[in-house]
Amino acid sequence: MMSAGCDVGSLTTKAVILNNTRVMSHALIPSSFNPEKSAAEVMALALNAAGLTMKDIGFCVGTGYGREKIPFVGKAVSEIACHAKGAHWLLPSIRTIIDIGGQDCKAIRIDEKGNIVRFITNDKCASGTGRFLEVMAKLLGLELEELGTLSGQSRNPITLAATCTAWAQAEVIVHLNSNTPKADLAAGINQAMAARVAILAKSVGVEKDVCMTGGVAKNAGVLDAMEKHLGVPMRRLRVDPQVMGALGAAVLAKEKMEGASHVRSRL
Amino acid sequence: MYVAGCDVGSLSAKAVIMKDGDVLASHVIFAKPEPEESAREVMGKALEKAGLTMKDIAYCVGTGYGRDSIGFADAVESEIVCHGKAAQWLMPEVHMVIDIGGQDAKAIRLDDTGTVIRFAYNDRCASGTGRFLEVMAGAMDIRLEDMGDISLSATNPLSISNQCVVFAETEIISLINAGKNLADIVGGLHKSLAHRVAALARGIELDHEITMTGGVAKNAGMFAALEEALGVKLSKMETDPQIIGALGAALIARRAAEKDG
Repeated sequence: MMSAGCDVGSLTTKAVILNNTRVMSHALIPSSFNPEKSAAEVMALALNAAGLTMKDIGFCVGTGYGREKIPFVGKAVSEIACHAKGAHWLLPSIRTIIDIGGQDCKAIRIDEKGNIVRFITNDKCASGTGRFLEVMAKLLGLELEELGTLSGQSRNPITLAATCTAWAQAEVIVHLNSNTPKADLAAGINQAMAARVAILAKSVGVEKDVCMTGGVAKNAGVLDAMEKHLGVPMRRLRVDPQVMGALGAAVLAKEKMEGASHVRSRL
Repeated sequence: MYVAGCDVGSLSAKAVIMKDGDVLASHVIFAKPEPEESAREVMGKALEKAGLTMKDIAYCVGTGYGRDSIGFADAVESEIVCHGKAAQWLMPEVHMVIDIGGQDAKAIRLDDTGTVIRFAYNDRCASGTGRFLEVMAGAMDIRLEDMGDISLSATNPLSISNQCVVFAETEIISLINAGKNLADIVGGLHKSLAHRVAALARGIELDHEITMTGGVAKNAGMFAALEEALGVKLSKMETDPQIIGALGAALIARRAAEKDG
């Protein structure tokens, strides 16, 4: 029997199918206005990729901002618990997880068993969340992913004085008007993003090993700048960091199934 | 003797020309990309209204965010000092000024001589400044200057849950799509901004009487929302609140000219 996890986020919806020891498949789609529909669609994709149907899934855990709306889950769990679970399952040495979502950012500290020790969230201010990069990418006429790839070519990254997304936008417009290369803009934007997230991470107390999860973890510019700010290497995980929430949900679902069978065998 | 004040802000530029103790002419324009150009144009228009040329001006003080780019200014002064000076000159009972500008907000406390004794300032977070309303007007496709009138017909101003300009913009778009009443949305936005500016003002303790300056003070809905958030009646000035910075600069120019002469 397999387990599954489904993470309905503000920007993307993810699903992971897990057997006892490995990830069988995962899927990722942009979120629609209807969380129920997004969840059903992404789960169908993941099941299809694994050659399974919903009947093969023993238990499914839901997470993310739309978790209460997923019809096929047995339990809804916070993203914080799921990201911690997913990262710890992949790499038990992880003690700090920095998860940048589409409209929030979280720094989570866990112990050697994967239990949450402390966490801190920013969902009040767009700067330091995925939305900051989204706004900037749109301004530059780039795809979100291009911000990461392009910044590697920068020789002279710009410095953004403002923290506020609204003011930073005005600064970037001034640079665009004076024909600053887009690579330099992208690199400066990534660095500003990392500086902001690093403040949040430091306030939770960064302990090695550290990893980043969420879609922004795929942006090399942000990842490098985070390493510089925090003075520690970011451990790369062997599964797409964007599906970490869904993976953690699938691991929790697996544990739930094992727990249930454990109870049954004792009876 | 003629003196002038010129206030180059982020959204608009203002000029005031005074003859002895009276305001002779004033003018407001939208800011140009270059602050120097804004200053020249707005001063030119004000001089034209007064029937004067720059040569007639004995002394000119510049203020505002672009004050260092005003070529013809004899001296510069901060907006905080200028707003305080002019507000108390117009209304001697005023001891506190709340100025909401295009990209900042200030709360200023004055002593009996119009000297600044305390002030608080926000230019870090756009959500507590005029930019908040500007962005929301854009999202709703209405004119910034119409927001005050629109909000007057609000029966039940909505609570806007997001503070951040970026997140609130998304929230406003969903409220519009959900068919919510436009007046109630705009009323909610005023309430939201007023709440943040009131917190800034409380940080330096409220004094009596309080007045509101800056372009946002012309918005009747915002004026009322700030009164409600502060729990006090505000003193309303008869002079255009948008030119108060330039007026203060002209008043300071007058003193300097008298000293020189």
